[in-house]
Amino acid sequence: MDPLRQSASPCSSRPSSPKTPPCEMLGYVGIEAVLDQLKIKAMKMGFEFNIMVVGQSGLGKSTMLNTLFKSKVWKCTLPGLAMPTPQTLQLKSVTHVIEEKGVKLKLTVTDTPGFGDQINNDKCWNPILGYINEQYERYLQEEILITRQRHIPDTRVHCCVYFVPPTGHCLRPLDIEFLQRLCRTVNVVPVIARADSLTLEEREAFRRRIQHNLRTHCIEVYPQKCFDEDINDRILNSKIRDRIPFAVVGADRQHLVNGRCVLGRKTKWGIIEGPTVGKPTTRKQTDLEIKSLLAAGRTQWRTWRTVSFLC
Amino acid sequence: MLSPQTRLAPVSLHLLRSLSCLVKRVAEPEARTSAPRILLGLQHVVERGVAARVQAAGVSVALERVVSGPTATFAEGESCGLSPLTPAGGPHAIPPPTASARARRLTPLPGEANGPFQAGSHVALIKREGRRRGGSRCRCLRAGAGCWQSAAAREARGRRAGAGARARAGAAASVGGEHPGAAGVGAAAAMAVAVGRPSNEELRNLSLSGHVGFDSLPDQLVNKSTSQGFCFNILCVGETGIGKSTLMDTLFNTKFESDPATHNEPGVRLKARSYELQESNVRLKLTIVDTVGFGDQINKDDSYKPIVEYIDAQFEAYLQEELKIKRSLFNYHDTRIHACLYFIAPTGHSLKSLDLVTMKKLDSKVNIIPIIAKADTIAKNELHKFKSKIMSELVSNGVQIYQFPTDEETVAEINATMSVHLPFAVVGSTEEVKIGNKMAKARQYPWGVVQVENENHCDFVKLREMLIRVNMEDLREQTHTRHYELYRRCKLEEMGFKDTDPDSKPFSLQETYEAKRNEFLGELQKKEEEMRQMFVMRVKEKEAELKEAEKELHEKFDLLKRTHQEEKKKVEDKKKELEEEVNNFQKKKAAAQLLQSQAQQSGAQQTKKDKDKKNSPWLCTE
Repeated sequence: MDPLRQSASPCSSRPSSPKTPPCEMLGYVGIEAVLDQLKIKAMKMGFEFNIMVVGQSGLGKSTMLNTLFKSKVWKCTLPGLAMPTPQTLQLKSVTHVIEEKGVKLKLTVTDTPGFGDQINNDKCWNPILGYINEQYERYLQEEILITRQRHIPDTRVHCCVYFVPPTGHCLRPLDIEFLQRLCRTVNVVPVIARADSLTLEEREAFRRRIQHNLRTHCIEVYPQKCFDEDINDRILNSKIRDRIPFAVVGADRQHLVNGRCVLGRKTKWGIIEGPTVGKPTTRKQTDLEIKSLLAAGRTQWRTWRTVSFLC
Repeated sequence: MLSPQTRLAPVSLHLLRSLSCLVKRVAEPEARTSAPRILLGLQHVVERGVAARVQAAGVSVALERVVSGPTATFAEGESCGLSPLTPAGGPHAIPPPTASARARRLTPLPGEANGPFQAGSHVALIKREGRRRGGSRCRCLRAGAGCWQSAAAREARGRRAGAGARARAGAAASVGGEHPGAAGVGAAAAMAVAVGRPSNEELRNLSLSGHVGFDSLPDQLVNKSTSQGFCFNILCVGETGIGKSTLMDTLFNTKFESDPATHNEPGVRLKARSYELQESNVRLKLTIVDTVGFGDQINKDDSYKPIVEYIDAQFEAYLQEELKIKRSLFNYHDTRIHACLYFIAPTGHSLKSLDLVTMKKLDSKVNIIPIIAKADTIAKNELHKFKSKIMSELVSNGVQIYQFPTDEETVAEINATMSVHLPFAVVGSTEEVKIGNKMAKARQYPWGVVQVENENHCDFVKLREMLIRVNMEDLREQTHTRHYELYRRCKLEEMGFKDTDPDSKPFSLQETYEAKRNEFLGELQKKEEEMRQMFVMRVKEKEAELKEAEKELHEKFDLLKRTHQEEKKKVEDKKKELEEEVNNFQKKKAAAQLLQSQAQQSGAQQTKKDKDKKNSPWLCTE
């Protein structure tokens, strides 16, 4: 080999970032066309989103999902016709393909009937943790294959929505235990269910108390502080963090209000409009969830992968 | 599609019958939950089919017959794979199965308008552009169809097949794109799921009754990529002085600082330089890798080796990063070569053998785009012959150059037209010449001016279009999914990892790691033992040697001592003798002295006597 040949080892031939001088271009080259190419590619591939809802029965999980995605994602069981509560925690998944303006989203919803419904709820989070880890494990197996597929199907749980019953006081021990265990593995979004049973002041107080509880027990819910990438993210996320946990009211029936057709819950003392801006923050939650969780799911995945390799 | 003379196999009659039942069921307006049932029904129906085409034929025939009535609302997709059934209301256009596509509009059913499966955007008009056999849009359908068919056949293979089938079906589902009959894909996927994987998931299509907001997902993705910036790495392979640096300057409309290389390089080496370009809000980290000294040596046997090694080194770096436990692929500065521009010298005849050999070595590692450099030296008719000669040589030698993608509708046309002009004949220039009333990049000769951006003069504009404006993303993707995966597979297999061991049980990478690690540790221990033993042995030997030496020394010492003593004794003896002699001598001396003194006395008397005698001479008493 010629001794004078510059070695092609990665360290020497890979130019390091500080040495990349900026260059002035004297005319239009057309580099920005790559954005369109990216977009076309993204739309062709479609997106996958896996969401898991955890909460006791009767808190309105299915209704909230239907409201969030504005379609019948899950069959709602009415109180009278409810199936007998299962003895052990089960996990049921349903997958849908929804499309909006050319963007395809493969949505997988996992429900956990039987959570927190027994008398002794000890270790009821284990099946959930097991399921989440199993999805991660599956993805990892596919990723470390030698001949791997072009597009690995992503069944990892991107987001876990935890429904807190609207007691008005603070987080219960079950909630705290669950959140503590899950916040390290998956993005948890705590949500105050059936928020229409709280007045506005009660709701604010409840929210503050829950935030205080979360801080006390070092529970990092989504969006996590450690994954904030830049200053814009931080500003946006701190605004969101101020509003966590979201108080939601799910509604999938349509009612006539002032001549408009809105989704809402009708009671004797008025109609609670579902997704409108001033009201319980279902809309904001939608935006928050869908917009960022795909990316955040990846960060959780990185952590999990690290952990799984180390142990 | 179906000619009247086509004889339907008996199975398709069964199909027709089942389908007519299905159709009736779908037509019910209150069938809210009929979708999954229908899909499952379809699965039953289709599973019994013999060949996809027969089924398709049968189904299409059924649909034709059924659809002629105003009550049915179906959307028919293309018949090369599976004809999807969409249970939905709303207006549909069903193209007849002939080349002249006439859209027939059907009236919606009463009462279906506000049903939960209201027609969303995905079941709108189905566009047909005439018959395209095996068209790209059918690909995923066919993949889906083929997939579930084979999945059904391979059900016994186990989880892998099922997961693979589902994965591909899922991929088919999400790859649908502007596909008509997304529901059909969903159906195919549902079938794949139901057949291949025994889980409680069914894939179904939902229509939205309002704006949810995830249509901004591609924009978010794009924004995220924009904020991170893009990486693009080009490798320029060509002889010294063929115009690589000039072309890069022209292509990116800037002056990259570089010194021209000499012809005296002893070997080929690669010089990589990175630049950051910014255009509107897109940041591009461009790396240009030059082969310095290519083609200058007398013996060019090993010219390709540094290039191949460099490319492999970049793949290796990425692989190492990917295999790390704590990895940060997001911040990773990707240095894998995305495009290789191969500069062909404008001889006008054919490719040189060096070119052929180098390209053959590189074609499985990078996307090669051959270009003819300094094209202003070739006349137009010669150029045409030259190009066809080059392409035929490449084909006959099995060199795989980069194929511009033609599966995406938006770019298929332009890519197809451009591919005809390969290899691009380019002229590079950074100098501007006044042409007409504006300045343009050109080369001025005494006989005329060659304009770089004039399509009649050279193919520079085409190259720029292809490389940057149309296919940059595809180049990056090809590098990652094809070339890098190939490298990774070869490398891992070389290292001894396998996906399945001889018992066809899936090996996990982790287990292999563990096994190898243990093996390695065991070997280490063994080596340690060996070394220790050797050390002990050596020590013993040394000790023995030392002992012997000591013994010898002792012996010597003894010997010396003895000799010394003997000598001493001898010396003493001699000394004694000497003393004796001395004594004797002393005695003798003393005696002699006495005698002498006596003799003197008697002598004195004698002399008296003698005197007397002398006086009496004749008295002699002697």
